[in-house]
Amino acid sequence: MSETTAATAPVPLATRVRSYFLRHVQTAVGALGRMTREPMASAMTIAVIGIALALPAALQLLVVNGKAISGSWDSVADVSVYLQQGLSSERVTQLAAELEDWPEVRAVAIIDPGSALEEFSRASGFGEAMTALKDNPLPASLVVTPQSDYTDAESVAGLVEALELVPEADIVQVDTGWVKRFNAILELVRRAVILTAILLALAVVLIVGNTIRLDIQNRRAEIEVTKLVGGSDAFVRRPFLYSGLWFGLAGGLLALALIGTGYLLLRGPVARLAGEYGSGFVLHGADASSALGLFLTGGLLGWAGSWVATTRHLRRIEPS
Amino acid sequence: MIRFQNVYKRYSSGREALSNMTFHIAPGEMVFLTGHSGAGKSTLLKLIALIERPTRGQIAIRGKNITHITRRQIPAHRRAIGMVFQDHKLLLDRSIYDNVALPLIISGVAEREIGRRVRAALDQVGLLGREQRSPDELSQGEQQRVGIARAVVSKPPLLIADEPTGNLDPALSLEIMKLFMRFNSVGVTVVIASHDLGLVERLGHRVIRLGDGRLDQAV
Repeated sequence: MSETTAATAPVPLATRVRSYFLRHVQTAVGALGRMTREPMASAMTIAVIGIALALPAALQLLVVNGKAISGSWDSVADVSVYLQQGLSSERVTQLAAELEDWPEVRAVAIIDPGSALEEFSRASGFGEAMTALKDNPLPASLVVTPQSDYTDAESVAGLVEALELVPEADIVQVDTGWVKRFNAILELVRRAVILTAILLALAVVLIVGNTIRLDIQNRRAEIEVTKLVGGSDAFVRRPFLYSGLWFGLAGGLLALALIGTGYLLLRGPVARLAGEYGSGFVLHGADASSALGLFLTGGLLGWAGSWVATTRHLRRIEPS
Repeated sequence: MIRFQNVYKRYSSGREALSNMTFHIAPGEMVFLTGHSGAGKSTLLKLIALIERPTRGQIAIRGKNITHITRRQIPAHRRAIGMVFQDHKLLLDRSIYDNVALPLIISGVAEREIGRRVRAALDQVGLLGREQRSPDELSQGEQQRVGIARAVVSKPPLLIADEPTGNLDPALSLEIMKLFMRFNSVGVTVVIASHDLGLVERLGHRVIRLGDGRLDQAV
């Protein structure tokens, strides 16, 4: 009997902790090994996860780039003040200096009638027609840039009102309407991205869940025997959770690869298009932290899918 | 070691597998459960291992009432019991070593200790040196011995076996029974269900006879 009692003495805690971690590593590696044993099935699952993750991430990048474009349009908050015809250039310079002293004004640029005509001829393509004019029909104008804390719609409207009261001002113009519309569209897309992301995250959970469910069915005998010899629910569940984690992480990596490829393919054309518009805009790729975030999100969703599947199906497999 | 007190087991099909079972098995005893098939032998062993729950009555194992223990406590209960099955329930996609090591891995035994104990268990059943083989490559009798090695590797105080010789010829059966007797001689309580009355009677241990789910007579 002495041999028996000695043998059933509990394993020391330190040993248990050490073997617990060792066992986790072994289980994790084992789960990875099982994935490689069915390369086609695993690759399909990973591909579906990768695409499902890449889609909302790519849309998110689209929004980020849209915001960058809209952000580079700060100067559209500039207010153009077209002055009355026939003002002397001295008066114009003086007026500009006066306006620059306003607290809400950061800078005032003078566009004299001559350079206004020059630019109009160049940009409009009506150069020939313009030379036919005897007098320069364009007035001098001032481009008023507000201080950075006065660029919101309300402040700009206030500035416009104040400028309209300047006696020399003829027309005061600010065109921010289309920026507002662009930003509204961006906001709409951003919300669509969130909805898409939620739906596709759910899809990833279901995909992994289904894969794990099949895995559980295939390993029924093993689960039964493990439970018979005293394996706890956590022990039985562990390899499946690791499988789910690996599927998710691999899917995350694939999503990153897809996005990276898309970025490389689009960067050149976007730069050329921006060049056509005289913009120095460059396409933003995913930064390191969002790339890591996508990768880990994949892992988390995979784990969650596996958790759902094991919770639903492992309990039903009991030795009989 | 094992105490049954007015235990009833009725399956959901309505079949009453056990009725009013009351008996006691002392620590260190070796007991055979006999009876025709369907007499309730397997059900009785399943109740001990909590594979099934009794419909009525109380069961105590090692002084602990297991009638109402929770699902979460079942694994710990099973780890204290070595179980041998007629179809031995080995995992054919794993080596003999991995099969025998499973209970130790579950208990969190250190890796080096596992190797030592697996080899000791395989030595006790006469299969040392075959660790890396697949159970597929072994004969029926040898597979059953691997099953026994797995049941004893964590040195449980109680060993239960359901028709462990059911698929074996008389010579092999006797060999397996002698193996169980060896474990019993070092203090392990052994309960074996067997319909092989001739063999059981020759071995001269206590016999609990079941008939139609009732205690026929306790010897």
